[in-house]
Amino acid sequence: MSDFLLADGAATGNPLVNVSVFIVFAAITLYIVYRVSSANATASDYYAAGGGFTGAQNGIALSGDFLSAASFLGIAGGIAVHGYDGFLYSVGWVVAWLVGLLLIAEMLRNTGRFTIGDVMAYRMRARPVRAAAAISTLVISFFYMLAQMAGAGGLVALLLGIHDRAGQSLLIVVVGAIMIFYVLVGGMKGTTWVQIIKAVFLLLCCSLISVFLLGKFGFDFSAILDRATQNNKLGTAILAPGAQYGKNELDFVSLALTLVLGICSLPHVLMRFYTVPDAKQARRSMVWAIWTVFVFYLCTLVIGYGSAALVGTDTILHAPGGENSAAPLLAFRIGGTVLLGVVSAAAFATILAVVAGLTLASSASFAHDVYANIIKRGHADPRREVRVARLTALVVGFFAIIGGIAANGQNVAFLVSLALALAASANLSTILFSLFWKRFNTTGTLFSIYGGLGACLLLIIFSPVISGGPTPLISGVDFHWFPLSNPGIVSIPFSFLCGIVGTFLGRRKGDPNKQAEMEVRALTGIGARS
Amino acid sequence: MTTASTTGRHAALEPDQHAFGGRPSGPQRPDFEAIQDSPEFAELRHRLRRFIFPMTGLFLVWYLTYVLLSAYAHEFMATQVFGLVNVGLLLGLAQFVSTVLITLAYNRFARQRIDPQVALIRSQAGLETK
Repeated sequence: MSDFLLADGAATGNPLVNVSVFIVFAAITLYIVYRVSSANATASDYYAAGGGFTGAQNGIALSGDFLSAASFLGIAGGIAVHGYDGFLYSVGWVVAWLVGLLLIAEMLRNTGRFTIGDVMAYRMRARPVRAAAAISTLVISFFYMLAQMAGAGGLVALLLGIHDRAGQSLLIVVVGAIMIFYVLVGGMKGTTWVQIIKAVFLLLCCSLISVFLLGKFGFDFSAILDRATQNNKLGTAILAPGAQYGKNELDFVSLALTLVLGICSLPHVLMRFYTVPDAKQARRSMVWAIWTVFVFYLCTLVIGYGSAALVGTDTILHAPGGENSAAPLLAFRIGGTVLLGVVSAAAFATILAVVAGLTLASSASFAHDVYANIIKRGHADPRREVRVARLTALVVGFFAIIGGIAANGQNVAFLVSLALALAASANLSTILFSLFWKRFNTTGTLFSIYGGLGACLLLIIFSPVISGGPTPLISGVDFHWFPLSNPGIVSIPFSFLCGIVGTFLGRRKGDPNKQAEMEVRALTGIGARS
Repeated sequence: MTTASTTGRHAALEPDQHAFGGRPSGPQRPDFEAIQDSPEFAELRHRLRRFIFPMTGLFLVWYLTYVLLSAYAHEFMATQVFGLVNVGLLLGLAQFVSTVLITLAYNRFARQRIDPQVALIRSQAGLETK
C-alpha cells in the first residue's frame, strides 16, 4: 500500500508546476499563432502556408507530426515494460520515412496542391475520385485523432492527479478548444509553427535526459541494460524479442508491415509536403525529418531502458497511466518536479499539435475536395472555400472532443496502429499507382481506395480486438473470425490487387494527355504551383 | 516557375472542370506530350527509377528480414555480443544506420544525377532553372 502511495505521489509530482509549465507553453504558442496568422486569407495560406516554409522548418514539423504522445510516452513505456518488443516499434517508425523520401515526397509536392485528392484525381475522373479520397482522409484522420485524444485523458490522470471521469472530460474539452483555436486562427502556418516549437522542445528534453542517463552509468549502455533487467520482473527476457508478441508471430509481422508503410500514407503527413516552395525543399524536409526521428528514437531507447533501470517496472505499472508513465516518472526521478513539469508540458503540447494537424487535414479535404471540387465543381470562391474549411475544422474539432471523451482509457498504441493500417491500405497503393503506373485509371483508383479501406475496416470489425480477444472492445459476445489484431498484412496487398484488377476491368482508358502532364510535372516541376 | 502565365497554370492545376478526355489547353500550357517524348525526359525517368525502385526493394527486404528474425528466431536475436548487448539490438540499430545511409545516398544521387537533368529539361522547355 505504501508502495502504491509512493508511486501515486511520484507520478503526480506537483500538479501546480505541471499546469503552469503547460500554461506557459500554451500562452507562447497561442501568441505566435496569433502573430503569424495576419495574412491567412487565401486558400493557399490556410491549407499550405503559402508554400513558404523552408525544407528544414518543414522537416522538423514533419517529425513533430509523428512524434505523437503515443510514440513518445508509448514507446518509452513499451521499452521499459516489454523491453525489446517496444524497441521494434521505433525501428519501424524510423525505416518508414524512406518510403516518403524515395517514392512520394517530391512527386507529391510537384503534382498536388492542397490535399491527397489533388494527386489521386489528377488524371482521373475528378468527382468520384475526390469523393473517395475525402472519405479515406476523414476516416483515417478520425481514427488517428481518437487515439491522440484518448491519450490526453490518460495523461491528465497521470500528470494532474485528476482521476474522476468528469474532471478528465473537462480537460479534454480545454485541450480541444485550444487546438481548434490554433487551426481556426493559425491555419497551416500557425499549426506548423506549433509543431516546430513542440518538436524542438521534445527533442531537447529527450536528448538531455538521455545524455544525463548515459553519463550516470559511465556511458556504458550495457550497464543500463544490466540494471534494467534487475528491476524488471521479466529479467533478461526484456533484452530479446518475444516478451510482448511471443504468442502470435504473424500478428507481429503484420504490425511491422503496417508501421513501415503507414506513416507516409497518413493524410496530415502528406499534406505537409505542400508547405514548401518546391520539390528540392520537399526532399530536404524529408532528410531533416529522418535525422530528427533517428535522434529521437535513439533517445527513447535509452529513456525506456533507463526508466526500467532507475524507476523499476513495478512502480511504472502501478502508477496511474501505467506503461505511459515511464518517461514522466524517470523525469521526476532525475530532475524532480520541474523536469516532470517540463516533460508533461512536452507531452501535452504533442497531443495538442498533432490533433491540430489532423483537424487541418480533415477540414482541407472536406473544403477543397468535397465543397470546392465536387459540390461547386471547381468554381468555388476561394474566400468561401476557406470559410467552409474553418467551419469544418470547428465541426471536426467538436467530434474530436466528443470522441476523445468516449475513447478515454482505450489503448492508445492499438488505435494508432489501426489508423496506420487504414492509411497504408487506402492511400499507399493509390498514390504509388497514380504516380508510377501509366495504365492506372479511374476504376482502378476507386477499387484501390474503397477496396483497401473497406477490407481493412471489415477485418478490424471481425478481429479479436473488437470481440473475443483478451481485452475486447465489446465484451460478452464473440463474433471474430479473423485471427490477427492488425489487418495490414492482408489489407495492404489486397488494395494493390484491387487497383490492378480495377484498372483492367475499367473500360475507359486513362487520358494520355493528362498522364503526360502529370508525369512531366511530377518529375520536373514544370507547371507546378510555385 | 514564373514564366507561364497565371491563367495557363491554373488551367493546368484544375483538371476537374474538364470532362474526361478534355484538354486544359490554355495558350501558355507547356507541351507536356513533347517533353514526355523527349530523350532527355526518358533519361531522367530511367535514372530516377533505376535508383528508387531497387533501393526501395533493398530496404524493404532488409527490414522484413529483421522483422522475421525478431518474430521467429528469438534465440538467435538473444545471442549476446558484448556485455548485455545482443544481436537483436545491434540489428535494430543497424536499421537506424542503414536508414540514414540510404537517405544520404539518395540525397547525393538526386543532387548529382537528377537535379541537373531536371534543370536541362526545364531550360529546354523555356523555363528558368532554379
